[in-house]
Amino acid sequence: MGAPLLRVEDLRAYFHTADGVVRAVDGVSFSLEPGETLGIVGESGCGKTVACLSILRLLDPPGRIEPGSRIMLRDRELTAASEEEMRSVRGNEISMIFQEPMTSLNPVWTIGDQIAETLRRHRRARPAEARRRAAEMLRLMGIGFPEQRLDEYPHQFSGGMRQRAMLAMALACDPSVLIADEPTTALDVTIQAEILDLLAGLQERLGMGLVFVSHDLGVIAQIADRVIVMYAGQVVESGTADEIFRRPRHPYSEGLLRATPRVGRKMQQLSVIPGSVASPKLWPSGCRFHPRCPYAWDRCREELPVLRGEARAVRCWLEEEPARRTGGWDGAALAEDR
Amino acid sequence: MNEAAAGAEDRPERGHIAKAAALVPGLAHLLEGRRRAGLSLLALALVTLAVLVFAIDRVAATFTTGRVDYWVALVTLIGAAAVAWGVGFREALGGPRARAKGVSQWAIAWREFSRNRVAVLGLYLMLTLYLATLLAPYLTPYEPNTIGDMATTRHLSPSLAHLMGTDKFGRDVFTRVLYGARISLSIGLIAVSISVTLGTVVGAASGYFGRVVDTVLMRFVDMFISFPRLVLLITVIALFEPSIFTVIVVLGLTLWPSTARIVRGEVLSLREREFVEAARALGLSGARIICRHIIPNVLGPVIVAATLGLGNIILVEAGLSFLGLSVQPPTPSWGNIIEGGREYLVQAWWVSTFPGLAIVVTVVAFNLIGDGLRDALDPRQRM
Repeated sequence: MGAPLLRVEDLRAYFHTADGVVRAVDGVSFSLEPGETLGIVGESGCGKTVACLSILRLLDPPGRIEPGSRIMLRDRELTAASEEEMRSVRGNEISMIFQEPMTSLNPVWTIGDQIAETLRRHRRARPAEARRRAAEMLRLMGIGFPEQRLDEYPHQFSGGMRQRAMLAMALACDPSVLIADEPTTALDVTIQAEILDLLAGLQERLGMGLVFVSHDLGVIAQIADRVIVMYAGQVVESGTADEIFRRPRHPYSEGLLRATPRVGRKMQQLSVIPGSVASPKLWPSGCRFHPRCPYAWDRCREELPVLRGEARAVRCWLEEEPARRTGGWDGAALAEDR
Repeated sequence: MNEAAAGAEDRPERGHIAKAAALVPGLAHLLEGRRRAGLSLLALALVTLAVLVFAIDRVAATFTTGRVDYWVALVTLIGAAAVAWGVGFREALGGPRARAKGVSQWAIAWREFSRNRVAVLGLYLMLTLYLATLLAPYLTPYEPNTIGDMATTRHLSPSLAHLMGTDKFGRDVFTRVLYGARISLSIGLIAVSISVTLGTVVGAASGYFGRVVDTVLMRFVDMFISFPRLVLLITVIALFEPSIFTVIVVLGLTLWPSTARIVRGEVLSLREREFVEAARALGLSGARIICRHIIPNVLGPVIVAATLGLGNIILVEAGLSFLGLSVQPPTPSWGNIIEGGREYLVQAWWVSTFPGLAIVVTVVAFNLIGDGLRDALDPRQRM
């Protein structure tokens, strides 16, 4: 099989600010095969977006990728690439779409201009050719009357349509990897489902690798083949979507799943994970999740667990001492209520 | 070509009257109830006709004198006629109506602007002023600098022969105000162009690149702003010869810092907008992002600043030439005509009053346009 399409190894992205180093992403590794969807889940502030931006080397100072991190696109080392080389990777081999379709398009240019721009940049396409391809992309995104809509401006598009237009821009050059950073979060549920279907269909047709970031487990469950769960800048658990959702092993994944409402299951109470993600300037000692963990004991406070396992990996001391898995979330949630 | 044919088919068949209306600019617009457009075209056509009828000898003189301003006037005249009849023809004989295009920010802004009556009034004033300036040699039979017969034409009060009277050298004040407008308006236009270009480039670079670039450029801007403009002007003009060129350069170089600040502020907020991030994620370079994505979005505030700045610069220039620091007599500028009439304010009030009025009208017109543009280009309406 050879090298995977995209391999991230020990990615560390730190922000060197005046009052300390913010370790937003701290040793994240994963790989992605063609045609595969990797879901990245985690609460806000756990480093998902920074990790995505790092892959494209889009971090603004004071943020930077620490030496020792490796990002391999097939067999090319992106951390060593020049800015010039990176520009020809962005939008061409790796594309990214963002959360806010309402502001991701430039209000002064037509949709067609904006899709064509990518083509002209990477493919040196002539205007007429770029326009034809742009129309084709819009049709592929399920937008009716693409020839006419090319001449419209973003304010004439609805939210879902804009996200489709964004996708058209991102996919115009047939990238082999698409990074989607919460692409459906800002959309309402029906539109969200449409976009997810569209993404899944496109992926099948184009065979690209998809990195799908979301805090919404329901969405991840629908689209991802494999999932990594991030907490405090680190991967705490990884595995196939099935494994993560059926049998979560890390207390954090467990907690996240319990905090997700489900249709068809009547719940008296939606449980919460008490507390919030700690400040990345000062991660807790030992296991970063221990202040919020219902199972935590002394060892968790002192030693940072390692990520054990290959495809199915968990970063928790419970893996060594399974006997300690008692009480758990029910007790914690109740304690919080009182 | 096909498109044009298709467009024509969409429209109802026109009667002969409507077709004949093509010969009178604006009539077709009026028949369709578009009064403002119709009357404007009609007025433009009447002006060109009036010039041809009443000043044909001066138009003919273009070919014998060979002076640049005559040629400019001729080109303006032909241009005005082309616009009047061209637009009238297209409307009457039915070309393709606005294609089914998207509605751009500019189209929305224009719609908003044209609803603002006061602003449109300002626009008409400004257009009239520029037209009059360009056509100056055809609009007056006198020369601005030729000294008249001192015994018979000195300080004549306003009459049909001399609309604004004559000054102490027997020169026609109307002629001098017209020619003075050329100086004032072009100094304003060129100085504003310089300052807007410089300000936009500096502001955009400062806001986009941030950090060291921003700090250095902005301290430079602070330095420029903190320096009193009038003192700078007087110093520079004292060092060099007071000439149109010096004044334009100095005014242009003193106004840009405020534009730079406006642009920088806008860019700072635009830079955080996701379309800029998206453009980077698509592999566009910094320069391209600035030119294609940032600058078009700051154009609104820049245009407003430029329009208001134009009024301001005209005022400053008038002040400078009143003090004798700008254009030197006998070349007329509004400021130095006023200065020339100052001594005789009681005997010949008209010498100073009319150029003064011209300044007031111009500055008010630019401010009205600027305010209208500010409302029309309000960023809150974007997206």
